[in-house]
Amino acid sequence: MSEKRNIAVTINGKRYEESVEVRWTLADFMRQQLGLTGTHLGCEHGVCGACTILLDGRSARSCLMLAVQADGHEIMTVEGIAPSADKLHPLQEAFRDNHGLQCGFCTPGMLTTLIEFLRDNPDPTEQEVRIAISGNLCRCTGYQGIVAAALDAAQRLKVLKEAP
Amino acid sequence: MTARTFGNRVGRIEDPPLLTGKGRFIDDIAWPDLAHAAFVRSPHGHACILGIDARVALALPGVFGVFTAEDFAPRLKIDRLIVGLPSSAYRQEVNRPVLAKDEVVHVGEPVAVVVAVNRYVAEDAAALVNVEYDILPAVADARAALAKNSPNVHRNAPHNLLAEFDIAYGDVTAAFANAPHVFRESLWQHRGGGHSIECRGCVARYDVNEERLTAWCSTQTPHTAMQLLSGMLGLDESQLRVITPDVGGGFGPKLIFYPEEVAVPLAAMLLGRPVKWIEDRREHFVASTQERDQFWDIEIAVDRDARILGVRGQLIHEHGAYTARGVNLPYESAQTVTLPYEVPAYALNVKLALTNKVPVTPVRGAGQPQGCFAMERLLDRVARELSLDRAEVRRRNLIQPEKMPYAKPLRSRGGMAVLLDSGDYPRCQQMVLDAIGWADFRTRQSTARARGRYIGVGLANFVKGTGRGPFEPVTVRIGPSGKIQIYSGATAMGQSTRTMLAQIVADQFGGAMDNIVVTAGDTAGTAMGIGGFNSRQAVMAGSSAHLAAVKLREKTIAIASKLLNAPVDQLDVDAGAVFVRAKPKTAIALGDIARAVAGVPGLALPGGIAPGLEASEAFVCDEMAYANGAGAAEVEVDPDTGAVSVLKFVIAHDCGRAINPMIVDGQIVGGVAHGIGNALFEWMGFDAECQPITATFADYLLIGSSETPDIGVLHLESPSPLNPLGVKGVGECGVMPAAPAIMSAIEDALSPFGVRIARTPILPPEILAAIHAAAGLEKTLAPTL
Repeated sequence: MSEKRNIAVTINGKRYEESVEVRWTLADFMRQQLGLTGTHLGCEHGVCGACTILLDGRSARSCLMLAVQADGHEIMTVEGIAPSADKLHPLQEAFRDNHGLQCGFCTPGMLTTLIEFLRDNPDPTEQEVRIAISGNLCRCTGYQGIVAAALDAAQRLKVLKEAP
Repeated sequence: MTARTFGNRVGRIEDPPLLTGKGRFIDDIAWPDLAHAAFVRSPHGHACILGIDARVALALPGVFGVFTAEDFAPRLKIDRLIVGLPSSAYRQEVNRPVLAKDEVVHVGEPVAVVVAVNRYVAEDAAALVNVEYDILPAVADARAALAKNSPNVHRNAPHNLLAEFDIAYGDVTAAFANAPHVFRESLWQHRGGGHSIECRGCVARYDVNEERLTAWCSTQTPHTAMQLLSGMLGLDESQLRVITPDVGGGFGPKLIFYPEEVAVPLAAMLLGRPVKWIEDRREHFVASTQERDQFWDIEIAVDRDARILGVRGQLIHEHGAYTARGVNLPYESAQTVTLPYEVPAYALNVKLALTNKVPVTPVRGAGQPQGCFAMERLLDRVARELSLDRAEVRRRNLIQPEKMPYAKPLRSRGGMAVLLDSGDYPRCQQMVLDAIGWADFRTRQSTARARGRYIGVGLANFVKGTGRGPFEPVTVRIGPSGKIQIYSGATAMGQSTRTMLAQIVADQFGGAMDNIVVTAGDTAGTAMGIGGFNSRQAVMAGSSAHLAAVKLREKTIAIASKLLNAPVDQLDVDAGAVFVRAKPKTAIALGDIARAVAGVPGLALPGGIAPGLEASEAFVCDEMAYANGAGAAEVEVDPDTGAVSVLKFVIAHDCGRAINPMIVDGQIVGGVAHGIGNALFEWMGFDAECQPITATFADYLLIGSSETPDIGVLHLESPSPLNPLGVKGVGECGVMPAAPAIMSAIEDALSPFGVRIARTPILPPEILAAIHAAAGLEKTLAPTL
């Protein structure tokens, strides 16, 4: 069971060439082997969405993927959202300003899911936001702050885009 | 000009790391030599253990050790988790072992622990541990458990009655004997699990050089964990440190001390290397405590004007297989029933029944939502029977504001008199009625019905005991760095505890939040602590923080007055310095003030000031601060599928003074969503052999974003006279009115069918069955399982 393969993945713009056990999930590989602990595991059966990452720009459950399946792909995790170490992404700012997080455990998956969603649908309705995050469970917020944050972020991103 | 932080929507200090993946949760703690644990758990509801053979598991490459009860026994000074809160109601003691020795009494009970190079290998090895069982009859139903012919949950126990008590006042017999109307309800209430998105976990490291054990636990109560570890492992306080890292939600189950929190440290000590165990979701379903079934038979006596004369009945509460907290849950259920209303006589007999299921302990609300549900169901019944508006029946019975403080002839679990300290209950009810459009709802309802839509409204009032004492200590300290350090036994699990404490302290130091560092949930930070549960920390730790900060401000200014040669009354604090109000440039930094009293060998301290720049307070309050509110729901029911949509939920809430309105709203909305889940989605099912049948998030449904309605929050601020801040707890309050208001609304929506609801949760198939069964006749969805 300890057979290993060499893989190359790019995570948040950084290339990793690693030998990984074939049965390790992508989430365990990133968290334990690479120390990227921002991605969280809440259920390990694909329902809660806390482990959501972007694989080549598309949301995916890192608990349901094997690390070897990520070979040759590009991944973005919560650690890669902010533009710099001292600046938050507009979506992160909107989460902060709208109390879109309490314990913060589901937040990484919410953020990655919404990055993809707002890219595809930059001017969403509240209902569309609710459907977009319906695969991400949050036990703290009742979703209200998250929905408000997503709508606020859409406005912030629009302003940035329209700025000269 | 200095800014107030108390009472304002101040941004949370927790947010920046959590938003950027820099949080430090239990599973983020690691060292290169960290080993990983997996537990071998009982697959049976009830069985004898005939033998355990770990030889094959031990031979697996990468396995460091396999431990059973026998292996741990020589190292344990006390081999059971003795955690039950004191009560005279117990009829027997059933304390949990660390690992089961010769009998398992619920599915998921730990039998052995495997430690290996990683979790994959540990789980492989756990599957190779051969445990031979002799299966015994399991007890699944709390009512049947109390029958004379029931098998025993523990084979050597005398019976399955864990505890029994009565809560009563007034002459209930006379009240019922002379009542013109008496109505009786049989209710089944089920709460469900905590299901924080982060499961539990424990990491332990024994440092042979320091001879000290450090345990990181995803717990709401690190100081309790330390006390228990100390006793069980025979280590003194200097040899132990328990740290709560970032916690990904608590909701009750993480306030309990668990067998794994002994087994993991012990394995780390025996192996001489750090060990981590992270609960997976499947384990959370079988090994983390839950709230489950309560069976109520309760009746209400009212006069011709629907004024309550008395309430009485019986409650059978499912306790699970062991005592992991005590009799507190049904005690709180029983206490809560009458709280918002004038009820002259009350008597409830309460029995706690053992079953072969994981222990039952608090989930957000801790028994109180069930008491609220029982009372509100009775009042809906009164309204229906007497053809009165549901709001009017409540209006006639709510305690009027001019009667505050109002003494209830009840005693709290600790024997304290129950005094409702403040509030305007009728006003809160009116606020939600106005917001939901109660007065003209009948028009909307008939318009909808004409279009084939079944909509309904419902409401519920609640009073929630918060701020459980006796204390929660806080130390505020300023060192030469100039940072204001706060140390508290309060424990954060997502409810913004650090921001709350920082806001209260910043309020005394000019409002600069970024100059404050909060250490919460670390036994090395503060010697005493009680922890996070029962909506208590803003009340208890918040008050201590306030008193300590006021004291420290006084001392800081007194020293600065000597150093700046300016009178105390001309000084103020802001931006990390004390300054002369009229000449703001005459200032001295907090760090310099701290240095002045840090002591120089042989030199006197300035002007007779005591050493050090710190203050500690432990505000003591035994009485609970009673928060209150009302909730109203509008629902739509699809009579073809039984699906319920909550279209709108409004809650009016009184938690006294709000320290941070943004955080208060977040707590209330989250609580309401949890309560809607309790009403419509969450059911932890077991079969007759006590096998869990809903042990994934595909079977056990948490409420999602698309089922959660917009939740409107309205505030009333009646400051509590019990504490210096005038605050009451808020964390659990949102849960309280959700289920009763929704059931009331469903009945209202389905009134053409005459559907009656006597349970929570209610799922679509049951609503559909009720519609079919009603067929013009009154039918109650009886408690069936």
